Parts: sequence; structure tokens; C-alpha cells
Amino acid sequence: MEPPHQWEYRRRVGQVTEARQVVIVGSGPAGLTAAIYASRAQLSPLVIEGEPSSTSDQPGGQLMLTTEVENFPGFVNGIMGPELMQVFREQAARFGTDYVTAKVTRVDLSARPFGLWVGDPEATEPSYRADALIVATGARSLMLNLPSEERLLGYGVSTCATCDGFFFRERDIAVVGGGDSALEEALFLTRFADSVTVIHRRDRLRASKVMQQRAFAHPKISFRWNTVVEDVLGESKVSGVTLRDVVTDEVSTLEIAGLFVAIGHEPNTSLFKGQLDLEDNGYVRTFDGTRTNVEGVFACGDVQDHEYRQAVTAAGSGCMAAIGAERWIEEQTGGI
Amino acid sequence: MSGTITTLSDASFDEHVKSSDIPVLVDFWAEWCGPCKMIAPVLEEIATEQAGKLNIAKLNIDDNLDITRRFDVMSIPTLILFKDGEPAARIVGAKGKGQLLQELAAHL
Repeated sequence: MEPPHQWEYRRRVGQVTEARQVVIVGSGPAGLTAAIYASRAQLSPLVIEGEPSSTSDQPGGQLMLTTEVENFPGFVNGIMGPELMQVFREQAARFGTDYVTAKVTRVDLSARPFGLWVGDPEATEPSYRADALIVATGARSLMLNLPSEERLLGYGVSTCATCDGFFFRERDIAVVGGGDSALEEALFLTRFADSVTVIHRRDRLRASKVMQQRAFAHPKISFRWNTVVEDVLGESKVSGVTLRDVVTDEVSTLEIAGLFVAIGHEPNTSLFKGQLDLEDNGYVRTFDGTRTNVEGVFACGDVQDHEYRQAVTAAGSGCMAAIGAERWIEEQTGGI
Repeated sequence: MSGTITTLSDASFDEHVKSSDIPVLVDFWAEWCGPCKMIAPVLEEIATEQAGKLNIAKLNIDDNLDITRRFDVMSIPTLILFKDGEPAARIVGAKGKGQLLQELAAHL
């Protein structure tokens, strides 16, 4: 029989703090690449990978909700997002990375080693202590923040096109947003829906040219430019949306059975507020590669990148963070 | 008794859910749904821990559209808790074990 996983063991024996050289919070391309490098450097990293959810806030991160990833180098014919993350995870495990399927509820970066809590954030002792910490908590999808949107989530409003597209066979649906994610969802949803209306608040798309060309060429996809969603309609399930033209202020109704929201992202930084320097837009401030204002804390991936936000750039910065952490630990222990 | 997860179909659903003496939690899922796969091990753990108090069953929506439509499932994973054969609670979207147990606790 396999020995119990370390964290399960810890739970059974009670509140015993586990000490680690490197703890990585987050398990998207950035966190798992950091884990590959840190484990190969024999720092036996622990990845606190998050918990299951139907949003991007889950082990594996945003790619878990995507279908075909066509721009990750090394995969000539593309690869499914969840499959790519599974491969990342196994590759890091191969070199000795440990995983905890939990969410960090509190951090203490005021003294070293840093404290990390999972479960009860009020517990006096942290669950883990880390000599070096790599923050790779990523970003999450923004919602419209309408009360009707929240009420109808799961009843026509969806955060996961790959999960829910199936339920909109031969229906009319809409996607809100103008970036690559919005167009990817729209194109995916054409497999099921009769029509997909892309609702975008500007008069042009932010998405890459190749995605734009595909969307414009698709007979099922149409666009509503300069338009915002004011309300989601429907008692027990979505029946339509109220739209407003931001140029003419004209209000109209679009009858749809499903609404998919892909209007951008915000960084998952609430854990670190007041402890790490953040940019005005909420992203973690980094310098000299992936260093933060707290010595020994490194940040990588979408939590510190609002510019590129690609799987490959996240992976690249994860590598930088792990090498940064390795060198920093060597300096502390007097290694040459 | 160890916890096992029963596989339901359109044909077996009513009898299984109505004849159970204890609440039945039905997991509406599909092969292509990533978050569904992620909660599968969580449900297995709960099935073992709650054996005798809660039955867990799964229904593949691809193969069982009648029941899926009857309960207006429009997003997966959806978990519906049946008590005395009637839906008593509904959880939409994948959740961690702690949160699932917390949401179920009020109904068990």
C-alpha cells in the first residue's frame, strides 16, 4: 500500500506545520513550470494547487476551461487545454513535486520562513512554512456583476463553454467580449447553437487576427458592436438579454437561451493585499524578473502579467521564478 | 458497507431514486466535461465516508437525455439531492469537498 499523502497525514495527526524549502501557490502553466524547475533543482517543492470549480479558479487554471490550444510550442497539431495541464502536472511530479488539492486561505509574509494556511485561516499555526514562496495564482474571468447574471448562473448563464455548450443545441446564444477567449468560445459554441451573437462594447475586436478571420467567416456568428449587456432576462432560465448601444444609447432586447461571458480577467491577489506591492490595476508588482517587494517571494504568470497572458509566457516566467528562488535560497544558506 | 457509486440511466432512474430509504445525490456529468472529472474522486470519497447515510449515483447526460431534461439540467456538473424521491437541493458547478459537504449538510 502507498504511504499516505503528506497532507493527509498532517490532517490526521492534527495541526503540525510542515516546513518546505519552496512552496508554489497555483497550478497553471506558471506554477507547474516553476515546480518542474524547482523539483529538478532538488528543492522538493510543494504545489498548493487549488480546489475543483467550474471557473478558472481550479487546479490547472484557465486552460482547464479551454479546448484546443494551438499556440503552445511543441504541439504541431494542437493539444486540449486540460490534457496539456495534465502533462505539466505529471512532468513536475516525476521530479518529486508534491501536490495539495486545497486553497490557501491566508499567508503571512512578515517574517521568514513564510506562513501559509489551508483550511481554517484562524488557526494559530500555519499549515506550511516556506523558505521561498512562488506566487502563481493567476487571474480569473470577470463577470458582468449583474444580480440577474448571478441568479441565472447554471440556468443559461455559463462560465464554461466546454461544459455547457451541449445544452444549447439548436438554440440562439450570445457571447460577451471581444478578445481571444470570447471568439474561441463563440467558435466552439457554433458546434451546438443555431446562432452565436458576439456582443462587444467597442467597434473592433482585441482578439488575434487568426481568430478574427475565423469568426468573421463563420456563417453562424454575428456581431453587435458598441453594445453592452444591461440585464439578463428570464425567471427560471435565460430567455434573453437587454442590450444598450453605447453610441446611440438605444436599448433593445435580444432573445437568447444562453449567455457566455468572456470580458477579461482580474488577478487573484486578494490573499496578498497589504503584504505584497500591487500595481494600480491589482497585479503583483515584479522587478528583476520575477522578484516582488518581499525578499524570497517570487511571482509569475498571469498574477503579474496583464500584457501577454499566454500559456507560454506564463510557463517562461514560472521557470524564471524557480531559478530566482533557487539562487536566492543558495545565497541565504551561504552556498556559492 | 463500503461506499459505491451507482450508475443510473433514463430507465433505472425513477426506481432507484424513489426506492431509496436514504437521500440520493445524483451527479449529472459527461465524459467531455473537465470539472466533472475533477469532482469524481471527491464524490467517491464522500460515498465512502457517508455510506449508509447518503447514496451517490451518477447519470451520464449524453446517454440519458430524458432525465437530464426532466430536471432542466443546463450546466454540468450539476448535483441534485433527492429525498423521498423528490429533489431537495441542487448544486451547480464543481466545488471542493469541504464546500460540497457544507452545502449538503443542511439537507442530510
